[in-house]
Amino acid sequence: MNGQKSQLIVYDDGGSADNARTFASRLVEEDKIVAMVGGSTTGSTLAMIPVFEEAKIPFISLAGAIQIIQPVRSWVFKTPHTDKMACEKIFADLKARNLTTIALISGADAFGKSMRDQCVAVAPNAGMNIAIEESYGPRDSDMTPQLTNIRNKAGVLAVVNPGFGQGPAIVTRNYRQLGIALPLYQSHGVASKQFIELAGPAAEGVRLPAAALLIADKLPANDPQKPVVVDYTRTYQQKTGQAVSTFGGHAYDGLMILVQAMQRAKSADKARIRDEVERTKGYVGTGGIVNMSPTDHMGLDLSAFHMLEIKGGDWTLVPGS
Amino acid sequence: MAELLQFVFSGLTVGAIYALVALGFTLIYKASDIINFAQGEFVMLGGMTTVFVTLAGVSLPLAALIAIIVTTAIGLALHRFAIEPARGASPVALIMITIGASIFLRGVAQIIFDRRFHSLPSLFGGDPIKFGGAAILPQSLVVLASAMVIVTLLWLFIDRTLLGKAVIATAANRLAARLIGVDTRRIVDFSFAVSAAIGAIAGVLITPIALTSYDVGTMLALKGFAAVMLGGIGSALGAVIGGLLIGLFEALAAGYLSSNYKDAVAFLIILVVLVSIPQGLFGRTKIERV
Amino acid sequence: MRTLLETRLLPAIVVAVIVVMLPYFFPSAYYYRVGALVFIFTLAVVGLNLLMGFAGQVSLGHAGFLGIGAYSVVIGPVYFGLPSWLCVFVGATVSGAVAFLVGRPILRLKGHYLAVATLGFGLLVAIVLTNEASWTGGPDGMSVPKLALFNWQVRGSDAWYWIAGTTLVGGFVLALNLMESPTGRALQAIHDSEIAALVLGIDVARKKLTVFVISAMYASVAGSYLALFNGHVTPDVAGFLRSIELVAMVVLGGMGSIVGSLVGAAVLVVLPQVLTIFHEYEQALLGFILMVFMIFLRRGIVPSVAATFAGRRK
Repeated sequence: MNGQKSQLIVYDDGGSADNARTFASRLVEEDKIVAMVGGSTTGSTLAMIPVFEEAKIPFISLAGAIQIIQPVRSWVFKTPHTDKMACEKIFADLKARNLTTIALISGADAFGKSMRDQCVAVAPNAGMNIAIEESYGPRDSDMTPQLTNIRNKAGVLAVVNPGFGQGPAIVTRNYRQLGIALPLYQSHGVASKQFIELAGPAAEGVRLPAAALLIADKLPANDPQKPVVVDYTRTYQQKTGQAVSTFGGHAYDGLMILVQAMQRAKSADKARIRDEVERTKGYVGTGGIVNMSPTDHMGLDLSAFHMLEIKGGDWTLVPGS
Repeated sequence: MAELLQFVFSGLTVGAIYALVALGFTLIYKASDIINFAQGEFVMLGGMTTVFVTLAGVSLPLAALIAIIVTTAIGLALHRFAIEPARGASPVALIMITIGASIFLRGVAQIIFDRRFHSLPSLFGGDPIKFGGAAILPQSLVVLASAMVIVTLLWLFIDRTLLGKAVIATAANRLAARLIGVDTRRIVDFSFAVSAAIGAIAGVLITPIALTSYDVGTMLALKGFAAVMLGGIGSALGAVIGGLLIGLFEALAAGYLSSNYKDAVAFLIILVVLVSIPQGLFGRTKIERV
Repeated sequence: MRTLLETRLLPAIVVAVIVVMLPYFFPSAYYYRVGALVFIFTLAVVGLNLLMGFAGQVSLGHAGFLGIGAYSVVIGPVYFGLPSWLCVFVGATVSGAVAFLVGRPILRLKGHYLAVATLGFGLLVAIVLTNEASWTGGPDGMSVPKLALFNWQVRGSDAWYWIAGTTLVGGFVLALNLMESPTGRALQAIHDSEIAALVLGIDVARKKLTVFVISAMYASVAGSYLALFNGHVTPDVAGFLRSIELVAMVVLGGMGSIVGSLVGAAVLVVLPQVLTIFHEYEQALLGFILMVFMIFLRRGIVPSVAATFAGRRK
């Protein structure tokens, strides 16, 4: 880049916010980085933000919660869609199908809880009525009590499950076990083929919002994201032998946005890099088309999410989203 | 009424899982007075090894057998290399060793396997059995039945075989047992091996319901303790009853009270039981000699 | 000189010297951070050592007190407008009170029953911290307002290095004095044989409770410092793995060795920093170390080294 070799330093914080903070300190003091991409959980991102803000180093986070970029922090950006957007996309689809009274069953993990809070906050504006709420622990193996309560609640027309990891797969299986026929919506937290594998035949008909990356080969030919996601999918599968997931896509986008900003800045000056990241316009990534601004440090809008439905064990695009 | 029945079914499903895990603690404790914190990892190894061996193309029954054999060997190794050399150490030191072993096994599993979740196919298919307006998975009944079978086999073994008597003798007084010709080392070897096998079997049977990953061991072991404390440590029947009761309490709490604090139920039970009836429902009070 | 070496406060003096001399070797602020972290954890470990090494009890849930201290310095300032430094004391008091209430019933238990009971306690604290999101910010945790002393906002790893270091020296002095006091001797007697101690007229239950409360307060102060230093706190601070790390630090350094607490904490804090590429192996290594030490080097590093030297001199 700019005629110089760039060096990538990688640390694994193991999901611990404490470790993240120490490594952040190390990156700033010892490794003397000029920019940072990382922080895959909200907890570790929030722990690291003070370090990078004080050192005036641009930080592109890979975590989901909206409070990372709202209120806008001068040096902090993020690539993944916010959990608020996911709620809005799901609610828009529910509204279109006239299913305005719903139930929420969320995981008690950080992702599930954060998204549940956002859904509750945006529900009134979106015309949604949350009739009943249940939750489950991230390690639970049976959610039939909670689902039974939901099934018995009069008037519920659909169920939304904000969650991460194995919980949503078990919820989906229990759903089928209890024979609940209401539409089930999952979150972008399970946007990987593994969810379909684990949930098995119960996954039929489940809808969730996801980035174009998951349906690379099913995108219409004129979709601007198609070349990017098809290329990324092919390269990723070649190198790792595994199916793509949106999490890898977000990291890719974070890195590429940074690289392009540094190329535009034509320097390794941290402040100039930050300014160029903020000026990112029309970047076509795996997550969507990114247009950043001084008031928007994520740059994605609802069109970056597609509503997908699982049919025949594979993702399909819900028409009109 | 149908909802109460569903809660009960859920409680039995989860409780059977806890019961099967809890059974693994019994034999080791009976033979050597040790609470083996690594028991949860045996369950994890049973499930994860089966998954990865099937991914390599081996048929499920053979993969399960391989997993059980591998886990049994690891249980044996745990005794020979970690517990035996520390014989005579205080109970606390032994607990620390088994905790260290559990962390070690989990760390190694992370590297050898992966960090994702996996499942196994159910023995009788995934279609639920409907009864009285509630639904239960056939696999849950399989888990429950296996717990019962293992309890019976353990009881028959301890009560009716010479080897079983040798186990009791070893636990009661090691020196005296050796004096009457019991090879106490082999006995404890055996108890570790069998407990590991029980753990592995549990792992294979519960994965179709609860899924598996490299770190399922910890929570399962903790719930297993709660079951064992409630039922009375050293009693196989107590382990099963304890497990089922905890599963039921959890399901009822999730259904009628708050699903948030469901996990707290098991640990609250540990504290309450230890403070009031430390020997549990079916255990015997220990008399400490000075 | 001889009297200086034989004074019971020798370990505290050694630590004070280390605290003062180390910064001469620090190339950057990052090292101050690691040093501060080591001292903070050593503080918690000293308390736990008094309980485990000295009095012979076991606590597998000690991170619960770490958590109470950590969250006191968030909840106090954010919801009650209390100054942070006051909340450190409030946290210690709350921890002490909780330890008193919980300790009374469970310290009657022995061996693995006590271990499992403390385990249950630690887990319950972690669950409450995770669930009461309106107070604690839930699983993602909360940001911690910076400590303000005499109108000066404490920021920077070097400031915390000195704060943690001086508190640690103070903690050492307190612990060493305790060990030599009648209570300390009573605790040693209890460790050797509870029944014999009872026969001698020692109020065993009361002494055990006292050391449990003291160790809880040490952990609480350490937790408060950790939260203030990091600027962010999550329920992990009270988690099971944290409790095991604390116990591992005690075991590594030497059960009953106050100086060993520093060694144990130093090894386990520095380890992940050293292992960066081999991060995957960290868990396996932690488990392995724990096992090896408990099997072969049960006395821990410092007592074993001290014994070798004592043997040589003869």
